[in-house]
Amino acid sequence: MVFRVLYRFPKNKKKNMEKLTKEDVHPKIVQALLGEDTNITIEDALENEMILNMGPQHPATHGVLRVLLRLDGETIMAAVPELGYLHRGYEKLAENMEFQEFIPHTDRLDYLSPLSNNVAYAMAVEKLVGVEVPDRAQYIRMIICELSRLTSHLIAIGAFAMDVGAMTIFLWAMREREKILDILDLVCGARFTTSFTRIGGVAADMTGEAIAMTTKYIDEFEGNFAEFEKLLNTNKIFVDRLDGIGVISAEDAIEIGLTGPNLRASGVDYDIRKAKPYLKYSEIDFNVPVYKEGDCLSRYFVRADEVRESVKIIRQVIAKMKPGAILANQPKQVMPHKTEIFTKMEELIHDFMLVNFGMKTPAGEVYHAIENPKGELGFYIVSSGEGKPWRVKIHSPSFVNLQALGHLVQGHMISDVVAIIGSLDPVMGEADK
Amino acid sequence: MNDVMEEKILQKLKEKFPDEEFISETFRDELTITVNAGRIVDICRLLKNDAELLFKQCVDVTAVDWARKKKRFSVVYNLYSLEFNFRLRVKAFIENDEGSIDSVTSVWKSANWYEREAYDMLGVIFKNHPDLRRMYMPEEFEYHPLRKDFPLLGIPGSLPLPQK
Repeated sequence: MVFRVLYRFPKNKKKNMEKLTKEDVHPKIVQALLGEDTNITIEDALENEMILNMGPQHPATHGVLRVLLRLDGETIMAAVPELGYLHRGYEKLAENMEFQEFIPHTDRLDYLSPLSNNVAYAMAVEKLVGVEVPDRAQYIRMIICELSRLTSHLIAIGAFAMDVGAMTIFLWAMREREKILDILDLVCGARFTTSFTRIGGVAADMTGEAIAMTTKYIDEFEGNFAEFEKLLNTNKIFVDRLDGIGVISAEDAIEIGLTGPNLRASGVDYDIRKAKPYLKYSEIDFNVPVYKEGDCLSRYFVRADEVRESVKIIRQVIAKMKPGAILANQPKQVMPHKTEIFTKMEELIHDFMLVNFGMKTPAGEVYHAIENPKGELGFYIVSSGEGKPWRVKIHSPSFVNLQALGHLVQGHMISDVVAIIGSLDPVMGEADK
Repeated sequence: MNDVMEEKILQKLKEKFPDEEFISETFRDELTITVNAGRIVDICRLLKNDAELLFKQCVDVTAVDWARKKKRFSVVYNLYSLEFNFRLRVKAFIENDEGSIDSVTSVWKSANWYEREAYDMLGVIFKNHPDLRRMYMPEEFEYHPLRKDFPLLGIPGSLPLPQK
């Protein structure tokens, strides 16, 4: 078989082509695309299959994802996603710093929902060292987790709609998200990369003003979100472009490792908040939306329904919250609050020990996963009994969801690739770690 | 729940593999079973397909570098059973010198990328893997960054800049 490599260069100059094949498409990638050893040569375009390079700077790939597509006409025969353009080696960094120092780095994993990443990491460490988090801190964590689910899903739906041509929704989603960021600004002191959780609690208490602001926001939200749906659900172009595209069955979805909303869109009723309740989710009444079709449209519907459930959860949590401590009282593991460090001797000593030598941990290994907006975010921590982790493995949902991309796009058109990537909702910061 | 499931898993494993040794330990309510690396594919196939276990979700495959220990690498499989809502960790220490273990992609498709990542980051070779390329680093990169002997700051000159 003979293949043609074509991209970027408008003119099919043979010299440019040869240069491209050698430098930009590694022979091993070509081999993976074809499933066999082949030398690329250039001949007549119409009689041959073509390899098309998409990304890593394509606006529809949600970051720096690169996908190599093998095309027959406009039909995709095979696709190979290439990752690593945003690889920052967080697992290596984690091995070289103390447990609490890694919290700000978790912000940068899934940068659309930094708060729930913090919570996932803090809970894994708490499980390792055995810290009991006070009730109020757990409720605050639940509120910020659900708020970050709102922001993440809003961007997911907005960017998804924009990928298939509906610009308005993206702007509306940004407007709604902006209001949540204002709440986070008041609660955490930062809008985006907040590093809000601490091992054993949270950094600051939620004031009455912040709670009032959250209540006001969620009261208005449902009405605002109904407008989104009015614009999307009855939009013939939007529905036609997604209905029946990128279908995956429940068995295949489990086999290939899909997680989160993408798994639930295929009819698997699995949500960690229900299956293995963490924080105080067992006390809360909420539904897990599940759709059977497993196509792009149902992946959108799952996210749209989850947003409503999040609002329900936040409302119940605010009703349950009582005043109390926000940090666990375990000075050998939990960093004291700043005001205490500056005013009390004991706390100053503990702070000195924790910062310089790290917390006391037992030797052992734990895996803790929570239901992030994108899916199951798990931290597998191996501790050798020192102040630093021996090994941290981040199980990131975007990474596992992207694995299904090659499977999903087979047999579809090029324009569907954009819709399928949008429906999987990957964040490259998390996929590349 | 935990104890019942643990007993069931160990009983099934011992039934099928009578001459193998299985070491189980529980830490923070999490069950870890250490198995022989040579039989990993058979063991995984049993865990996945047995009607009373059904570990259909392979959540993660990763490796740990134990630096100076005699058996340098352990490969860790985090499994989840949707039907029984149970998490299991299977651990296997690599004993051969070349640092290789059989790939479980024939059991779980999702293991494909996890094993590629472990190969890229730690240099563990997964035999019979259909597509063992590097996951993150460029194909020309010579080192495995998550090994304990790789310096945190990297090795100067190991990543060539693109030519102008």
